Amino acid sequence: MKTLVTRGIQALMVAVLIGAATFAMMRSLPGDAAYRIAAGRYGYDNVDTAAADAVRDELGLGGPALPAFLAWLGDLVRLDFGTSLVTGQPVIAEIGHQLGASLSLAAAAVLLSLAIGPPLGILAGLRPGGAPDRVLLVVSTGLKAVPQFLMALILILILSVQFRLLPAAGHGEARHFILPALALALGLAAVNARIARDAMARIGAMPFYSFARWKGLSPRQTLLRHGLRNVSVPLLTYLGLQFVTLVEGVVVVETVFGWPGIGHALVHAIFSRDVPMVQGTALFLGLSFVLINAVIDLVTARIDPRRTA
Amino acid sequence: MRPILALAAAALIAAAPPVFADDTLDVVAQFEIQSAEPSTSGYIFTRMGVAETLTNADPQGAITPALATEWTTSGDGLAWTFAIRDGVTFHDGTPVTAQAVANALNIARAKPGPLAKTPVTGIEPGDPAVVITLSEPFAALPAYLAHYSAQILAPAAYAADGAGVEVIGTGPYRITDLAPPLSLKAEAFADYWGAAPNVPKVRYAAVSRVETRALMAESGEADFVFGLDPASVARLGMSDAATVHSVAIPRTLMIKVNAGHPALSAPEARQALSLAIDREGIAKAVLRYPEGATQLFPPSVGDWHDDSLTPLAYDPEAAKALLADLGWTAGSDGILTRDGERLALTLTSYPDRPELPLVAAVLEQQFRAIGVELTIDTTNSSEITSRHADGSLDLGLIARNFGLIPNPVGTVLSDYAPTGDWGAMGWRNDEIVELARSAGRGDGGDAARARIAAILQTELPIIPIAWYRQTLAVARGVEGTVIDPWERTFGLQDLKLAQ
Repeated sequence: MKTLVTRGIQALMVAVLIGAATFAMMRSLPGDAAYRIAAGRYGYDNVDTAAADAVRDELGLGGPALPAFLAWLGDLVRLDFGTSLVTGQPVIAEIGHQLGASLSLAAAAVLLSLAIGPPLGILAGLRPGGAPDRVLLVVSTGLKAVPQFLMALILILILSVQFRLLPAAGHGEARHFILPALALALGLAAVNARIARDAMARIGAMPFYSFARWKGLSPRQTLLRHGLRNVSVPLLTYLGLQFVTLVEGVVVVETVFGWPGIGHALVHAIFSRDVPMVQGTALFLGLSFVLINAVIDLVTARIDPRRTA
Repeated sequence: MRPILALAAAALIAAAPPVFADDTLDVVAQFEIQSAEPSTSGYIFTRMGVAETLTNADPQGAITPALATEWTTSGDGLAWTFAIRDGVTFHDGTPVTAQAVANALNIARAKPGPLAKTPVTGIEPGDPAVVITLSEPFAALPAYLAHYSAQILAPAAYAADGAGVEVIGTGPYRITDLAPPLSLKAEAFADYWGAAPNVPKVRYAAVSRVETRALMAESGEADFVFGLDPASVARLGMSDAATVHSVAIPRTLMIKVNAGHPALSAPEARQALSLAIDREGIAKAVLRYPEGATQLFPPSVGDWHDDSLTPLAYDPEAAKALLADLGWTAGSDGILTRDGERLALTLTSYPDRPELPLVAAVLEQQFRAIGVELTIDTTNSSEITSRHADGSLDLGLIARNFGLIPNPVGTVLSDYAPTGDWGAMGWRNDEIVELARSAGRGDGGDAARARIAAILQTELPIIPIAWYRQTLAVARGVEGTVIDPWERTFGLQDLKLAQ
């Protein structure tokens, strides 16, 4: 319960800080916002001073910063996120549309990475220095070193172009999930696997683990009863941190695969100075970071009650 | 591990898509849909055959009837009457009336766009025609009405303040699902006034990365892929999944020059910069085009391209001589100086078109060879216009579209009579202003156009570098592709899926 209260206060602070930071950053960027918004709306062939002036008149840009920020905070309290300066649609509708697409992609990627990384890591950690361990070190370092942009293109080239198994890009059907989720998952799994491997190696070397073997449990029973639960604590804690990597990856991967998600929306909003969209998107990302960490706190407390005792 | 791998493999195989198993044509391009607003996303609706304009343009730029069947002007040229096609219905079943057309055009005219720059004073519904009144004669008016922002949507498509809320057009395809920013689905409109389209359903997907678009063409997943880059075209040429089509379009890669800058105010200085550019090298190595530009207007703009003009040349030695005559001498680092001032300029460009930063890098080296120091600033496209407005631009590397409306006089008027956000800067030539206005009124003819081209060629308020080509890939099995050089339509209604 105490955790939840702490997290609740955290969430509130995150909201105000993110709002203030994005607002200050967007305001301090060089260049005239009216021109940027006009370019975002009408494209480079049609942006001109007349269009920028029309945008400035319509949106009443150029007023003092503090009242604008306070107005945003006031609206936020009433759960009003404003409307996008570029599309004119309510920010909450745009985010609702895009957040769902991103969350489902991120969830698929995390599940896939958990299916790939930890089993391999545990396999390697059971015999540190063995062949699986050495191979895993090379493979995971290699995978982690490949930028997600390149990874995405390699996957498309192999699975879509060469073997024609999967669509290269798109959104809307289940098969569209596999490639972008895999592109994200391989990078996550590379690190997952290392965490699982180190945890397993550390736990495997502990006296209680050897004792479990001596008392007559098979290697399999030892792992299932005494290994997995211990390995899962650092793994879950790290998963919370990986959310940051995931957000970063979602931005890149969504662009490559034409996925209508929040990362894609954030990039476009920043380019065209769409302040309400940037604030709204950053706020949702920040709050989901708090939420995920709260959930992970609760789960790890269940797995390892000693910590809260 | 093994069961997981097996499961994954099974999932992959089960997910394998049947190629061409549906009756839907998949179109992929870089343009994102913002909303149902015609002034911002209208070009997607017209290209997809959802919305239509009063007039159309053929590949040569001749204006042809669309929703208007014919048009006449009054004797003084101040009133135009557009007869509206009979028996046309919007996608919501309401008839296309003169009132509906006038409503759509008046809403379009109140928003930023080409129509707002015309001398139109009023658009009134008559019966059964629409009457447009002008403050001065303007022969290019029908071409302005072909612009996507002048598309005719049903009255129910607009909110009370004129914002587009739904796309209710008259085209051969009717939208069934509009999901900004990335997709649109449409099906053939049964009551279309023209020839019924062959392909029953079309789907549009915005994919911003050109690499992905090319791979979608190569994997056979998209049937019609727009906006390919040179590297992808080379790759696709070797693939049997798609055919690459290419056509010259009225768009020119050029340097916008601030002629008000002390170092650039003399025409000789601008000529020197022009002589320093190896256009053929840039065209062949960076753009993979057969040739560079020899003048501003590409041959695809038939009326304006003048074969008798002396072509722009590449001659670094002559460039150095011109600059020496202007009093510039080489400093110790090879950069020219005059009265203690270095010849250092900033070239502003934008990454929306991926070739621009590449060309900028080449220009930096070619200018250095004649002693001009170039700093590249790749930023937002709107910086070109905002730096034009506040006078802080030195040079801008831009891709200028002369086909915004299917008559280059529109761009000439907005860019060179006397200056424009995407044209001349700090430059004024009264002769060209007069000639452009007379071309806009419809008199002057070939002689006026040739003189405009000649003035731009010697004065060089902008320095042309290359003429663009539009390149797209169409899946094998799709027939009837025609690329519109005016970039107004994808021509989907004429496509056929071979069985």
